[in-house]
Amino acid sequence: MIWSKRNILFPSASVDTLILWLLRIASGIAAGMVLLILFFLLAESLPLLREVSAVRFVTDSSWQPSEGAYNLAPMLSGTLYAAGGALFLATPLGIASALFVAYYAPPPAAGVYRRLIELLAGIPSVVYGFWALTTLVPLINELHPPGASLLAGILVLTLMILPTVALTAHAALLAVPDEYLRGAAALGMSRWSIIRGVVLPAARMGVTAGVILAAGRAIGETMAVLMVTGNVVQHASTVYDPIRTLAANIALEMPYALGDHRAALFVSGLVLMLLVVALWSAAARIGRN
Amino acid sequence: MKLAGVAVVGTIMFAVGLVWSPSGNTAAQKLVLTGASTIAPLAGEIARRFESRHPGTRIDVQTGGSSRGINDVRNGTADIGMVSRDLKPEEKGLHAYAIALDGVGIIVHASNPVVMLHRRQLIDIYTGKIANWKEVGGVNSPITVVNKAEGRSTLELFLSYLNLKNSQIKPHVVIGDNAQGIKTVVGNRNAIGYVSIGAAAYEAEHGTPIKLLPLDGVAATVANVRSGTFPLSRPLNLVTRVFPEGLARKFIEFARSPEAHDLVEAQYFVPISIR
Repeated sequence: MIWSKRNILFPSASVDTLILWLLRIASGIAAGMVLLILFFLLAESLPLLREVSAVRFVTDSSWQPSEGAYNLAPMLSGTLYAAGGALFLATPLGIASALFVAYYAPPPAAGVYRRLIELLAGIPSVVYGFWALTTLVPLINELHPPGASLLAGILVLTLMILPTVALTAHAALLAVPDEYLRGAAALGMSRWSIIRGVVLPAARMGVTAGVILAAGRAIGETMAVLMVTGNVVQHASTVYDPIRTLAANIALEMPYALGDHRAALFVSGLVLMLLVVALWSAAARIGRN
Repeated sequence: MKLAGVAVVGTIMFAVGLVWSPSGNTAAQKLVLTGASTIAPLAGEIARRFESRHPGTRIDVQTGGSSRGINDVRNGTADIGMVSRDLKPEEKGLHAYAIALDGVGIIVHASNPVVMLHRRQLIDIYTGKIANWKEVGGVNSPITVVNKAEGRSTLELFLSYLNLKNSQIKPHVVIGDNAQGIKTVVGNRNAIGYVSIGAAAYEAEHGTPIKLLPLDGVAATVANVRSGTFPLSRPLNLVTRVFPEGLARKFIEFARSPEAHDLVEAQYFVPISIR
């Protein structure tokens, strides 16, 4: 680490110090933002947390903030069902499409296909929600009323996170060193054996990171989900039941909420934040192993 | 290091606040209106005409619900609040000026053969006792009950008319604004919902397949809201903390004057002074 000390490569020490401090401030701001958000959520929900014991957020009879009932558990389960279902569908689809682009598609088709996936990633979530509300929900309604349901939410979320999974998986596949592929091919392995035995293990970390990124988006997605899941606060027993996610709960009620109701929505936000933190720490643990 | 970051961010925000805050309220000729999403489009139209008649004024209209209108007027964030209901007893200290009337109408899909519902039937449908349209003279299919999210004034008005608490309602879909409610009913032949008559009549007239049901035998029309015979109706109020003066007073008077009546009617509301 020759350049970590003052030396001839940096004629002026003051430039070095300046950059060091700029970087310190920049990273401090980034870290500070997260802490500020957490602090803000805590401060806003504290008035309610002081009156109501934390247990009541999972033991109350229902979510009726105007009548003093604050059960968040159905919305927590709704969030996890919707995000989990979407990951369940999008992960295999996304990895398969990345494999297709990287190893099976003829180059011109792969280019077009990749552009399409990128386009899919760029569509605003409200557009997905609007499409689902006017097309998907009536279709599901024919199958099993009321149509606005967990299933609709899962399908919309799948569409939204599929490009994330596909693009990050594709990037991870491209990062696998060429020598591995040539070596495997020289051993006479078939294309699928190379993919299964060499490429996927080598790209595992990148693919996993993409899935976790997608999970974060699925948990936090609000507008599209709000439009199609029916927003009834209940534990879903089938995929046709309407559910409400934590993020949708905040968006739906925040413009009109006052006092304890408002504080209860900040508690929703806090729970959502903790959920994401839990997800990331789980991901970090997987990464270490 | 993290603490230092917090301090840095705090300092930056404080500095930004110092620079920004004066420019926010220097113009004396500026009014801020916040509140009900039902009133906001109308207030916006009135504001545009008011601005063109009084050059140099600026009227800023923001939505956020009646409760926010009340709250913002109380703490001084807004000059005028928009409140789409009568003031509650604890809000009587504020000054309310009705600029129009609005009815809340029950909507179903246009293909639904049911032609009217009584209050009792409506209660049973919304509490889940009646779960199939055939019990009220419709086809044999399950009813999809569409309710509004907590805090909306339409919900409060609807609940007080049915004399129910929100926890007694068994909804299948919970929606936010009127537009989402109408789209939900359009997409589901067996849905029943309630939205502002103004919004529903406008959509129905422009070919959207929805139908406004009469309530207790009274048709859900603008005329019946005006005559006061329609049971589910409400005033659209402009609310101030103190007796309005200056620009606020001018604006409220303008909104209630015949000069704004065509704007009120264009939104399917009922001008107040015609009664």
